[in-house]
Amino acid sequence: MHEMSLAEGVLQLVEDTARREQASRVKLVVLEIGKLSSVEPAALSFCFDVVTRGSIAEGAALEIVDVPGAGWCMQCAATVPIAERYGACPTCGSHQVQPNGGTEMRVREIEIE
Amino acid sequence: MCTVCGCGAGEVKIEGGAHEHTHVHADGTVHTHSHGHDHDHAHSHEAAALAGSHGHAHTHADGTTHVHEHVHQGEHAHDHHHQHAIGGDLDYGTGPARAHVPGMSQSRMVQIEQDILSKNNAYAAANRKWFDERGIFALNLVSSPGSGKTTLLCKTIELLKDKVAINVVEGDQQTANDAERIRATGVPAIQINTGKGCHLDGHMVGHAMQRLQPKDESLFLIENVGNLVCPAAFDLGEHHKVAILSVTEGEDKPLKYPDMFAAADVMLLNKCDLLPYLEFDADLAEANARRVNPDLTIFRVSASSGDGMRAWLDWIEAGLEAQRGSHGESVDALKARIAELERQLAAK
Repeated sequence: MHEMSLAEGVLQLVEDTARREQASRVKLVVLEIGKLSSVEPAALSFCFDVVTRGSIAEGAALEIVDVPGAGWCMQCAATVPIAERYGACPTCGSHQVQPNGGTEMRVREIEIE
Repeated sequence: MCTVCGCGAGEVKIEGGAHEHTHVHADGTVHTHSHGHDHDHAHSHEAAALAGSHGHAHTHADGTTHVHEHVHQGEHAHDHHHQHAIGGDLDYGTGPARAHVPGMSQSRMVQIEQDILSKNNAYAAANRKWFDERGIFALNLVSSPGSGKTTLLCKTIELLKDKVAINVVEGDQQTANDAERIRATGVPAIQINTGKGCHLDGHMVGHAMQRLQPKDESLFLIENVGNLVCPAAFDLGEHHKVAILSVTEGEDKPLKYPDMFAAADVMLLNKCDLLPYLEFDADLAEANARRVNPDLTIFRVSASSGDGMRAWLDWIEAGLEAQRGSHGESVDALKARIAELERQLAAK
């Protein structure tokens, strides 16, 4: 969804940081994208290339770190891995699972020179 | 262009006052200038212009174009930073970026650790604070196109407008049709055209709020762009997202688009007057929605017949009451503080 807007959000954070650090070039951008964040990494990667054209981050490599999905199962009273938001608990099959990991969309770090 | 939903390069227009700068210099000179102007205009956020530059096209006689810096002096009561970077900021040829010693250049990692949506979230938080300071109750209505959002809004307004002041923000890619429909009910409305964008964001709504200047302790309704995907992620500063599902859609829509139903606090099952003619299983639709969001409050309504509207209106009025209560408290607290300061002053 709206990967273009997200790519622009990434670029803003990268530009702000690069400017503050007086960088001349951004070589690498590392993102953390949770499995449950409803972001399609392939689409985001495509959009990143498009929005960075002509910016300080032009040509920068994009590394997307997948963060696995996890949720708290009320029935099991335990954190369990889940593959999709509001997916069933793999142990007991309950749908009362509150996602508590893998929902993030963050810029972790950048490499500059 | 976004490969998924076509969003991206924004051509945002807020109704009521777009302007254009057309500077034509006969001698063909190129210059850079700064100017300030009141923030009473709509400007296109050319998001795809990468540097966040403003969409002011300056065409000179010689065909050159340039980007210029300008300062907004908007009467923004809230923190509404306009940090529109200028193309020059990214100029490789000048500035501190070039000030490195050859051979000494060393690449390094810089931690950022920030949410991608942090900028939007900051705008939304400012909007919410603004609403709360004034005791305004704000709702963000989201659904797929054609679920009856605007009809439902008109009906809601009709039934509530004698009790409370209402302002409406209408989001659509194009046309001001919906704002006109709302204005026909007699309440102020403003249309935001998102151009190619697929959702409203906190920044656009901040501008619309400033333009509408809603009264204290009023109701502020935002009709988002008809889209069950993207608006889920963009906080506008509202107190609740209200998802609308109509019975002419599928019962499994909450499962197909779980993010929206998870982000919403209320679901309105609309067009219920059509249930006798359809094979739609309303109980199944509700069960699916609760599977995605167990805390969801659900109302079955028909905006055209008016059935079920009472419970929905009661819910809105309870929200208004809660906002008024906390507003009254904060006003009382301020008055108490003024009294205390005056006492201290008198004692000096």
